[in-house]
Amino acid sequence: MNATLSAPATIADATLERNERARGLWSDAGRRLRKNAFAMGGLIVLLLMVLAAIFAKWIAPADPNFQDYMSMMQGPSRAHPMGTDNFGRDILSRIIYGAQISLRLGVLGTLVGALLGSIIGAISGFYGGWIDSVLMRLLDVQLAFPGILLAIVIIAILGVGEVNVIIAIGIFSVPVFARMVRGSLLSLREQEFVLAARAIGAPSGRLIAVHLMPNALAPILVLSTIRMGTAILTAASLGFLGLGVRPPSPEWGTMLSEGRAYMQLAPHITIFPGLAILVAVVAINLFGDGLRDALDPKMKKTG
Amino acid sequence: MTQYILRRLLALIPILLGVSILIFIVMRLIPGDPARQSLGPEATGEQVEILRKAWRLDEPLPMQYMAWLQRAVQGDLGRSTVSRVPVTHEVLSRLPATLALTVASSLVAVVFGLLFGIVSAIRHNTLVDRGTMLLSLIGICTPSFWLGLLLLLVFSVRFGWFPSAGAGGISHLVLPAVTLGVGAAAVIARVTRSSMIEVFSEDYVRTARAKGLSERMVVIRHALKNALIPILTILGLEFGGLLAGAVITETVFSYPGIGQLLIKSINNRDFPIVQGTLLLFAIQFVVINLLVDLLYARVDPRISYT
Repeated sequence: MNATLSAPATIADATLERNERARGLWSDAGRRLRKNAFAMGGLIVLLLMVLAAIFAKWIAPADPNFQDYMSMMQGPSRAHPMGTDNFGRDILSRIIYGAQISLRLGVLGTLVGALLGSIIGAISGFYGGWIDSVLMRLLDVQLAFPGILLAIVIIAILGVGEVNVIIAIGIFSVPVFARMVRGSLLSLREQEFVLAARAIGAPSGRLIAVHLMPNALAPILVLSTIRMGTAILTAASLGFLGLGVRPPSPEWGTMLSEGRAYMQLAPHITIFPGLAILVAVVAINLFGDGLRDALDPKMKKTG
Repeated sequence: MTQYILRRLLALIPILLGVSILIFIVMRLIPGDPARQSLGPEATGEQVEILRKAWRLDEPLPMQYMAWLQRAVQGDLGRSTVSRVPVTHEVLSRLPATLALTVASSLVAVVFGLLFGIVSAIRHNTLVDRGTMLLSLIGICTPSFWLGLLLLLVFSVRFGWFPSAGAGGISHLVLPAVTLGVGAAAVIARVTRSSMIEVFSEDYVRTARAKGLSERMVVIRHALKNALIPILTILGLEFGGLLAGAVITETVFSYPGIGQLLIKSINNRDFPIVQGTLLLFAIQFVVINLLVDLLYARVDPRISYT
């Protein structure tokens, strides 16, 4: 996680060395990643899901909201590979369209969290002192609402809806990113290239943006990937609790909660959306784990 | 040790104060007059005015907070806007059910987590290891509400082995505890495995083997004991996840705990109850973290608390 650089003579050298190192790091990582069968499998599944989401209009066999009262709650058949729900809607089509929503919630939510968290972590780690103490204590308080509880609280304030779910997931992801970026910057700021940049009078903002953050990019990328799985799970959980995206939207968690009442008669209404969530999250985790191992082979494989 | 416990208890105060400020602000962010909300739509304007005075709602926010905190410390969190029952009563009456669920699910998590983790570590790099780790990945990635519904479908609807809703005896606890515990078990299995593999390469394990101890003694007495610290750390973190996860599990199984109450109250816009459940969740989490910290000292005498 902590990139060590030898002392460069000038800033030009520092930039040069960083660029070279960066290129080496990324291409090395790419080679390692391609050799990892699990990671590539995850990536392929993920790409297929993204493609299905983008081209839903052409791929989906039916309109996701078309209600066919002649064929309600039918099990899987040739006409409806995943069956139909209580309104006679084609479940496969709804899952394909749902991929748009679930992936969007996961990506945007994580992005919001990564951005906010990185800014807080960078300020905390770079300035240290009382600013650091105050920010970290604030995060401690936030941690007293563990897991999905924080997202639930935010939805309780803001109300349901897609934008609010993204905000909730974003804020819910802030602490992990903030802590990690802070840790990276704490060790990076002691390095000689930072001292050199400071010596020629680089302002703090430039120091953080140009010299420090690029060195913290790899771990941020890995964490973002892995957190995207958590984000999708959280969004689906909110949907299931009735605190996410509202029906008739085919968001996977929302679909599942709608099918719950018909569990005994038509279990496939709940089984397939859950399966979609599971496959998406497993794929993301496999790819994320591979990315981590590829970017930092020394990093230990825990949790 | 006593001194350490005392110091840790004192350190809880700023965190709990922070939590209370956060909850107070959250509740003020919700549109609507708190006094009107608490009294319900039938109250007269005069009654609302009296309560506004009593709660100092016309004064600046810091004064409002002080008044609110004073009441909260005395156990007065207002009344439910729906049932008109005092919040403290409503919330505390559901606490035992949630505690039972959390304890049962952490038992599931620890037992299965340790078991799979140890087996995986002993059979490091074999098919058993790979299979266990794949299983744990699936365990981490499975949406708990989905797993809960599948368990209900199979074991409650099909086989009729367990009741499908409510709380009561052990039979009511089995399915919810498994649902809630699986994710944590998977994480614990992974940490246990990597921690054990590391310990297996230590000199004292080689010594233990060299002096002819049975493999079982080596694993339990020498390896596991030393591998416990990272396992405990993750356990403390997972407890928080279990508490939060109880919200979902209780909803799936219509289990009458504070998690189900929270969701119901959010949907009913019953904010005094929301506030009470949040406070209780936060207190539980902080207390559990303290207990885990204290456990460290029991497990690892090298950690001194002076």
